[in-house]
Amino acid sequence: MTLELARLNRRFSDYPALNDVSLAIAPGEFLAVLGPSGSGKTTLLRILAGLDYPESGQVSFNGRDFLAAAPRQRNVGLVFQHYALFRHLTVAENVAFGLRVRPRRVRPKRADIDARVEHLLKRVQLEGFGRRYPSQLSGGQRQRVALARALAVEPELLLLDEPFGALDAQVRVALRRWLRRLHEELGLTTVFVTHDQEEALELADRIAVMNRGRIEQVGTPREIYQQPATPFVCEFIGKANHLALRREGERFVAGGWAFAGEPWMGEHARAIAYVRPEHLTLSATPTPGAWRAHLRHVYLAGAVAHLELDVAALDQPLEADMASEDLARMGLRAGDGLYVSPSHAVIFPLGRDGKPLAEDRWLWRVAVPAVPVRLPLQRPEAGVSPQRADGEMQR
Amino acid sequence: MSRPSRRPAGWPRLLGRGLLTLAAIAFLVAFLLLPLATVFVEALRQGIGAFFASIGQDEARSAIVLTLLVAVIAVPLNLVFGVAAAWVMARFEFRGKALLGAFIDLPFSVSPVVSGLVYVLLIGAQGWFGPWLDAHGITIIFAVPGLVLATMFITLPFVARELIPLMQAQGGEEEEAARVLGANGWQMFFRVTLPNIRWALLYGVLLCNARAMGEFGAVSVVSGHIRGLTTTIPLEVEMRYNEYDYVGAFAVASLLALLALLTLAVKSALEWRYGDELAAHAPGGR
Repeated sequence: MTLELARLNRRFSDYPALNDVSLAIAPGEFLAVLGPSGSGKTTLLRILAGLDYPESGQVSFNGRDFLAAAPRQRNVGLVFQHYALFRHLTVAENVAFGLRVRPRRVRPKRADIDARVEHLLKRVQLEGFGRRYPSQLSGGQRQRVALARALAVEPELLLLDEPFGALDAQVRVALRRWLRRLHEELGLTTVFVTHDQEEALELADRIAVMNRGRIEQVGTPREIYQQPATPFVCEFIGKANHLALRREGERFVAGGWAFAGEPWMGEHARAIAYVRPEHLTLSATPTPGAWRAHLRHVYLAGAVAHLELDVAALDQPLEADMASEDLARMGLRAGDGLYVSPSHAVIFPLGRDGKPLAEDRWLWRVAVPAVPVRLPLQRPEAGVSPQRADGEMQR
Repeated sequence: MSRPSRRPAGWPRLLGRGLLTLAAIAFLVAFLLLPLATVFVEALRQGIGAFFASIGQDEARSAIVLTLLVAVIAVPLNLVFGVAAAWVMARFEFRGKALLGAFIDLPFSVSPVVSGLVYVLLIGAQGWFGPWLDAHGITIIFAVPGLVLATMFITLPFVARELIPLMQAQGGEEEEAARVLGANGWQMFFRVTLPNIRWALLYGVLLCNARAMGEFGAVSVVSGHIRGLTTTIPLEVEMRYNEYDYVGAFAVASLLALLALLTLAVKSALEWRYGDELAAHAPGGR
């Protein structure tokens, strides 16, 4: 009982939109297809809806061959990025459309249709909006009408194309939490396409990361974020500093810091490490191997502060994140000197052609965590609890 | 909306504006209103009785009937073709699309007389297919079918050109939504496509109809000017004029002029009422 995509290929005149894409989606799952524009994710969704067809490959749903069925036989609900509401029909008529076009013998009675429309409008919190036209609604309301219209035909599969793309930030967050709750109530197998990683990480049970027509990784949001499978996923999901590593004996080094315990047994000479900004440990006092850094700039973005550091030993800037509160406690200012070292990194060896080899990924973490800085230590009222925390980490 | 000017409107500016406006009005009166008024004045020169007498003649009546007949056949056919062509042009990408667009515009760029001649050369008695048609007892040139063909050729672009920009601007997403929701092709067309283009379609049909009734050049070539059989209103006007029947010519011409005024009125009403929906259209080749 799954939706299965097997070896799909779809070419547009000069580039492959889908390149050997296989994916299995479990019943009731909420799957995000995440990727930059042009990565093929919308093509994938259109193939599922029957609006486009692959050159080769199979799609089956509950054992049924999807590609042999016309869109109207697939019983899917599709919500378009720009909603595609029928502009000449009222909200209620839009929602009722899928029921009214049914052949007479399976068409519900007029009263039943009205009742279902009423029920759906209530469900999407648009009671009393039935007589309005789409042009009289806000973006978020249109979005919910589109959803109600898709749900009216009682689809077995719900497809959402950038469902929040055209909304402003506040509405977007509220609506996606609401959608998540709705999904939990309905238990409908849902595939949604997005380029917004935050949306995917927050909403989805699993994420399929796409790039240039290929699926780079499929996994839970946690796996995608913590164990990115390819350099692309490292760069696309969250932020990452890149470090060029060279092998010295049994260790890989960058600017004096050693990444010990390499798993390739000397096969590779160079590697690239991706270090997330929150995986850089800052310290006011020198720690063994740590890079000397110079705080160039602090960007305060609400709860999180982004620190731009110049590291002479690496001859490149690094970006580190920390809680704004911690930053305030430390009293760090632009121009200060400090020490920085990585705590986690995703490392790929470089092949002879200088390209990273994704299959030889090395998830590295520091053996002995460096003491995170908690300055100023001499001020007791501010330092008490952080000091205790440090002590625990050292033990 | 015009931005309010910050500069005070001094005398020279006002004078300049007034003169320009006056020039524009004078031009309109001289070249549009005066000729139009002349038509009615000349038609009524010998009184209302003479006017109705010349309209009531058999030739005039048959010309009116023929004109309406040609329009009734040509306009619906071009409506169907126009919608189909616009659909293809707006919804699909294919090799030769630009060429198809150029072909749709062809009747605008070719002189009507030339188009008429082409038909005569192709299917006239001395033409390529003439002998074959003759052998099968089919008469097209110098008969009603020829008039319909020529009129269809001339008015072919009106509906398609009106719809293509609008359908391109609207995109096909609503149609796709309808299909995914379970609509079949006809349901999609009649419930989604047609309602979205109805005003532009009506507008295109109006223009098409006006031209179909008023066309002279191409029709003149294929008609053969057989009085009472193959003369439409414009041809009847010319024939009466050549026979020095000025009142008769202008009386019949006034019918065409009235028709034009009616079209203009309906068109203006449409523009006023549905201006937003028509705004997407760009006049092509006219």
